[in-house]
Amino acid sequence: MTDLTDLGVAAIRDGVASGEFTAVEVAEAFNANVAAAQDALNAFIVATPEKAIEAAQAIDAKRAKGEALGKMGGVPIGMKDLFATRGVQTTAASHMLEGFVPEYESTVSQKLWDAGCGMLGKLNLDQFAMGSSNETSYFGNVINPWKRNDGGNASLAPGGSSGGSSAAVSARLCPAATGTDTGGSIRQPAAFTGITGIKPTYGRCSRWGIVAFASSLDQAGPMARDVTDCAIMLETMAGFDPKDSTSLDRPVPEWEANLSGDLKGKKVGIPREYRMDGMNADIAKSWDDGIAWLKDAGAEVIDISLPHTKYALPAYYIVAPAEASSNLARYDGVRYGLRDLPDGAGLQDMYAATRAAGFGPEVKRRILIGTYVLSAGFYDAYYTQAQKVRTLIARDFQNAFTQVDVILAPTAPSAAFGLGDKSDDPLAMYLNDVFAVPASLAGLPAMSVPAGLDSAGLPLGLQIIGNMFDEQGVLNAGLAIEQRAGFAAKPERWW
Amino acid sequence: MSVDTATVAKIASLARIKVTESELEAMVPELNGILAWVEQLGEVDVTGIEPMTAVIPNTLRLRDDAIDADPLTGGGKRDDVLANAPAAEHGFFGVPKVIE
Amino acid sequence: MSSYRIQGATGEWEVVIGLEVHAQVTSQSKLFSGSATAFGAEPNSQVSLVDAAMPGMLPVPNRECIRQAVRTGMAIEAQINKWSRFDRKNYFYADLPQGYQISQLYHPLVGEGSIEIVLDEKDPENSTKTIGIERIHVEQDAGKLMHDQHPTMSYVDLNRSGVALMEIVSRPDMRSPAEAGAYLSKLRTILRYVGSCDGNMDQGSMRADVNVSVRRPGEEFGTRTETKNVNSVRFVMQTVEHEANRQVDVLESGGTIVQETRLFDPTSGTTRSMRSKEDAHDYRYFPDPDLLPLVLDDAFLEDCRNSLPELPDAKRHRYESELGLSPYNAAVLTADVETARWFELLVAEAATKANKQPADVAKQAANWLTSELFGALNKLGVDLASSPVTPEKGGELLALVADGTISGSIAKQVLEKMLETGDGAAAIVEREGLKQTTDIGAIEAVVDKVLADNADKVEQYKAGKEALFGFFVGQTMKAMQGKANPQVVNELLKQKLG
Repeated sequence: MTDLTDLGVAAIRDGVASGEFTAVEVAEAFNANVAAAQDALNAFIVATPEKAIEAAQAIDAKRAKGEALGKMGGVPIGMKDLFATRGVQTTAASHMLEGFVPEYESTVSQKLWDAGCGMLGKLNLDQFAMGSSNETSYFGNVINPWKRNDGGNASLAPGGSSGGSSAAVSARLCPAATGTDTGGSIRQPAAFTGITGIKPTYGRCSRWGIVAFASSLDQAGPMARDVTDCAIMLETMAGFDPKDSTSLDRPVPEWEANLSGDLKGKKVGIPREYRMDGMNADIAKSWDDGIAWLKDAGAEVIDISLPHTKYALPAYYIVAPAEASSNLARYDGVRYGLRDLPDGAGLQDMYAATRAAGFGPEVKRRILIGTYVLSAGFYDAYYTQAQKVRTLIARDFQNAFTQVDVILAPTAPSAAFGLGDKSDDPLAMYLNDVFAVPASLAGLPAMSVPAGLDSAGLPLGLQIIGNMFDEQGVLNAGLAIEQRAGFAAKPERWW
Repeated sequence: MSVDTATVAKIASLARIKVTESELEAMVPELNGILAWVEQLGEVDVTGIEPMTAVIPNTLRLRDDAIDADPLTGGGKRDDVLANAPAAEHGFFGVPKVIE
Repeated sequence: MSSYRIQGATGEWEVVIGLEVHAQVTSQSKLFSGSATAFGAEPNSQVSLVDAAMPGMLPVPNRECIRQAVRTGMAIEAQINKWSRFDRKNYFYADLPQGYQISQLYHPLVGEGSIEIVLDEKDPENSTKTIGIERIHVEQDAGKLMHDQHPTMSYVDLNRSGVALMEIVSRPDMRSPAEAGAYLSKLRTILRYVGSCDGNMDQGSMRADVNVSVRRPGEEFGTRTETKNVNSVRFVMQTVEHEANRQVDVLESGGTIVQETRLFDPTSGTTRSMRSKEDAHDYRYFPDPDLLPLVLDDAFLEDCRNSLPELPDAKRHRYESELGLSPYNAAVLTADVETARWFELLVAEAATKANKQPADVAKQAANWLTSELFGALNKLGVDLASSPVTPEKGGELLALVADGTISGSIAKQVLEKMLETGDGAAAIVEREGLKQTTDIGAIEAVVDKVLADNADKVEQYKAGKEALFGFFVGQTMKAMQGKANPQVVNELLKQKLG
């Protein structure tokens, strides 16, 4: 019998539906992998094997009665611990929310359960989704299942903030996982672990019940083995939600049914500003490979300009912390979460003590930056200026999309780096999102697909950015790459 | 614009995050590094450019005025609201005494 | 109008007042969540996950709250901004679950408008003053802290958290306690007409932040203080008076006024500095990224405009011009929307029952209402809303007077019985046999008897003491227990006395 944990979303869904195996068998197989890898990879903050079994039993019972199993019936998944899950601790990987058990379920997770998914557990992440290496989690680092093949045995970062998700999917602890992407948090970890992840158009997935980082940027999306699995899962996660004022009120297209790797008549833009000085040779090569594959798929490749690219990252590091400084004000020790009440402390002292104890250094750093850029006398120079630059960045993309259908670029400037390599230098860490952030600022759909391995045997990702609402174009270009890259590598099991 | 220890202390106080002297000392150069870097935005000519308000062109939807139409966003769930409270008493949230 | 001045030891001072009024928008559910807004519920029973600022909760605005604020703006003839936006005002307090209040700083829903206040009710046309309104914006109310339940803790109730408020910001156009009082009363009147706020100040539905400064007449504005949450017209006037005098004392003794937040103490009628709000605030306003720009279309605005009722000033003018009421009566009857509604029902009833035009019965109705009914209710300590005499019953009574069934003096008796028993006027008249007679023969017999019995007075009358005419009328009415038609009595007496 095949190892069920080698199967992806579509294969599990179809296999359960056809009776090839039961949903419970699938859940048990993944539960076993989750348990076996926990000490080594630390991908989960909480495992919920009983939830996975319970959902699987329900699916098997439905099948026995001949009922419809749902779009993802029988597929167990990992849930990034940024999504509120009713009755299951939801922490955002923070001490602040340690022990917080929501009385509600996020819209996206509810949609997944309604579609027949079961929950394997809550996945580790960077604290409040702030980080690019999963090193800011209060619950410890996630270890990338990949190792360099050039003799170094150092632990590598799985990317961030969805580092638990990327590591778990890559290590076959779950066939797919939810991620969220504020400035690359789905795409960069996907690239670092050789998996596929898509951030849809801003507003496609409801933000209701997802712990907020930066409201105007946060978007949920799927992380899975391949493009088809992403299409299936995104269809499940997406959809209008009246509880989210920024939710898009438009139907969810049938992305899976319309998948096609044939790009005849399509134009692909190559933004020259992304080809930066000192670009890593492996990255440059994989980008060239991607160009060749898309041409092979029938696309016309066009050199384009996105002139304000250079300013995207600094604009992001004003807008995102500003929003975060306000979004995280609710963690004050009054209604839920940590309370640190020193002897004789008044209300305001309690706030300061609670927030000092409950937030990690990176979260504090961003709250302070955000507080500073919004403060009296600096608001226009920083925040207003950044939002104007953001308008220009979005305009660059709109101009580009008058000429091309999708844009191809690297996902990240390097393969996975070692844990600790950048954690002492916030700026070096921020620069890791240089290719991912522009699409976030413009609210555009963007995905990362595996493109091959670098000279050290580590996976690299290619990024496809599409026009707003055109997830189909992004998925199709991603599929064209996937079909030609023939990426079959997976991390060797050392745990 | 760069920040000094006093400014960082003031920001931390505004943000209600207690910081020790040594934390302050460490934060000043870090924040200055980040601020110096974001200041390159000042180079961009933004004459006549409006700040972004909606990343995807869209306007605000208004909901009907109905009580508890959706239980997820309605009231009448005191137990749920208080379930995670560090100090809930007699149906209230308790906080250290405030003198107004 | 004489100017209000404070006579200080060093000369005259002028007081400058601006009001920021927080008015709770009348709506079933909160501004950004579906929980109820009703007053007086069990603590935290009207709190949604959104109001409690649980992680991942998001605001969705209530159309009715926006509509009510727009209608209010239209009622003060203000500019309505078709493009507005919500901003976050960031500060930490236990009654503010999100750590920010969703408000509107940069792009409020309603811009410049104004209202007209009347300073002398007896002469409304010649004592008006226009008070500018800078803006109206929509924002969330905060929760409530209780300090007396526990020795070391304060308790937080979030029932009010997220209830919609309109903040109505005046220009510093008021110059006396009376003007400030008149402004707040007039604003309350307008809000109650529009139906956008119930104006219940004792329940906190309306409260004012009172900005006061003093200056030498004609000079630059002085430094102002802001006294928070003053919740009655009288208290606002006291606040102004006390605060202006306090400031004059400070300035005259060589001190300076500190721009600060103060609190009004209703028991002493004084203000004091509010310690807890003393730290300098930096609210770090920025556009709420959870909410998109609010764009109103013409159809929405049209609907708001079409749903506006006749407003108090227009009504007052119409009562004078169309119904012929005195300026005083018109002012009294339009000062509250419920009084005006009552009056209009009364007029309609009286006109229908007497088969007359409303304008023909309005004056009589206004007089009866303002002098008879108000007086009677006042004695009973009952307000118009809970009056046992409804407009229908009042109209019936007036119609009985108008068609001559009873006289004005009998009407007073009937009203007393109506208030006592709650019965209708006609039933009382019937039961008590109070119907007035127009039977000329019967009246003539009485008149003849009165004249015969008082032959000496008839002599005096004929000799020129015409004031005695009233005596004969009175004697006749008395003999007929008030039931004679006074007009017939008058005519007969005139005939017989030659």
